[in-house]
Amino acid sequence: MNGPANGAGSANRSRSVLVVGASAAGLATAEALRRKGFDGRVTLLGAESHLPYDRPPLSKQVLSGDWEPERARLRPEAMLADLDIELALGEAAVSLDAANRRVKTEHGRELSADAIVIATGIRPRAFPGTAGIAGVHLLRTLEDALRLQSELSESCRLVVVGDGVLGAEIAATSKRLCAGVTLVGPQAAPMELQLGGEVAKALAALHVEQGVDLRPGVGVDGLVETGGRVSGVRLESGEVLPADAVVVSIGSTPVTEWLAGSGLRVENGVVCDSQCLAAEGIWAVGDVARWDHVGLGRSLRLENRTNATEQAGVVAANILGEAAPYAPVPYFWTDQFNVKIQVYGLPSAHAATEVVEGDPADGRFVLRCTENGRVSAVIGWNMPKQARLRRAEVFYA
Amino acid sequence: MKVTVYEDKCCGAGSCVMAAPDVFDQRDEDGIVVLLEESPGEDQFDAVREAASICPALAIELSEAK
Repeated sequence: MNGPANGAGSANRSRSVLVVGASAAGLATAEALRRKGFDGRVTLLGAESHLPYDRPPLSKQVLSGDWEPERARLRPEAMLADLDIELALGEAAVSLDAANRRVKTEHGRELSADAIVIATGIRPRAFPGTAGIAGVHLLRTLEDALRLQSELSESCRLVVVGDGVLGAEIAATSKRLCAGVTLVGPQAAPMELQLGGEVAKALAALHVEQGVDLRPGVGVDGLVETGGRVSGVRLESGEVLPADAVVVSIGSTPVTEWLAGSGLRVENGVVCDSQCLAAEGIWAVGDVARWDHVGLGRSLRLENRTNATEQAGVVAANILGEAAPYAPVPYFWTDQFNVKIQVYGLPSAHAATEVVEGDPADGRFVLRCTENGRVSAVIGWNMPKQARLRRAEVFYA
Repeated sequence: MKVTVYEDKCCGAGSCVMAAPDVFDQRDEDGIVVLLEESPGEDQFDAVREAASICPALAIELSEAK
């Protein structure tokens, strides 16, 4: 069933795989290849010089200082050694020749392989015109997290610009360390896009109850600078929020510049078919991949931690000739203050909602979202197991 | 094969339960992993390796005789 049209035919004979990107999705692809019995050459090329590490703890346990940075490592060194892969770290890819499956690195090396996996992830968007201003932070890397952590203190007034998952997590974590934390964003409540209105409203109430100064529904006009250092955030309303440090978490961009001229289609991510194949012998996985989700009937790109691992498993299988579509139930979790939120599926503002377990008044519930007569999402609020047990209700599960 | 779980790392995703339901469960009250079988039988090895590998919080460790 593996016709040459989908690339699996030739990939069946793959004796070497080059994975570009050594974070969660890249490493998981290498691991899955080995777990499935692939004994050819596997090279993992990563732009960062650290051994592969995990990002979800950066905005939580690492930022709070609860974990030493080493605890965020994806795998212990001994386990990486057992994988028998070639790790090329601190060496970013600068171009791809898709037709010849050849990658050029910033060190001028040319690497080629029978199969190439693109796992270069995303980078945070910066606020225009703020480069080089001291006290302005983005959060993506371990260094970013440690730099931000060094600013947080009892006397620090922190303003978080951006009310998505990362912004809300940073605000929640920082509140433990800073006297004043303000969360500013354009939505009516934090994470409304990811949670729908009802749960986002509950999250807003939680942040307020915990002392976060919430500024919903307002855009940011710019940052105020005093002597080369940020001193405030100017809202579109004209109000200036005083700040000793500012975190900008206004979304991210897939890292695809290096694919210019590669021959691949790039449109808000590397465009792939339903099997995560971008071109013959070229696959994409994780935050950078946009693929056709056959269950949803449209293309999707997910920036979720679990997606990295799940998609890696399918990509590895497909490199080995399986030709399986990737059609997962999207899942993410977030821990903020004393609340664990689990989201299965894709909530939206238009969905009808119903509490199916627990009671919001008790601080534990599962909410089911229905759209066009079908269950589109299940959200757990301090009920992780009960939410997971209803995952199968999502219509394409 | 010996399985170790780290409750303090677990994020309650339940991926392990979906991969190896005979070996892992979750606590009803907070979703944290419950290890049902510390030394699973050989028929469970593949499922347990899958569970350890896909755990999004890296909270499962395996020690296997080589």
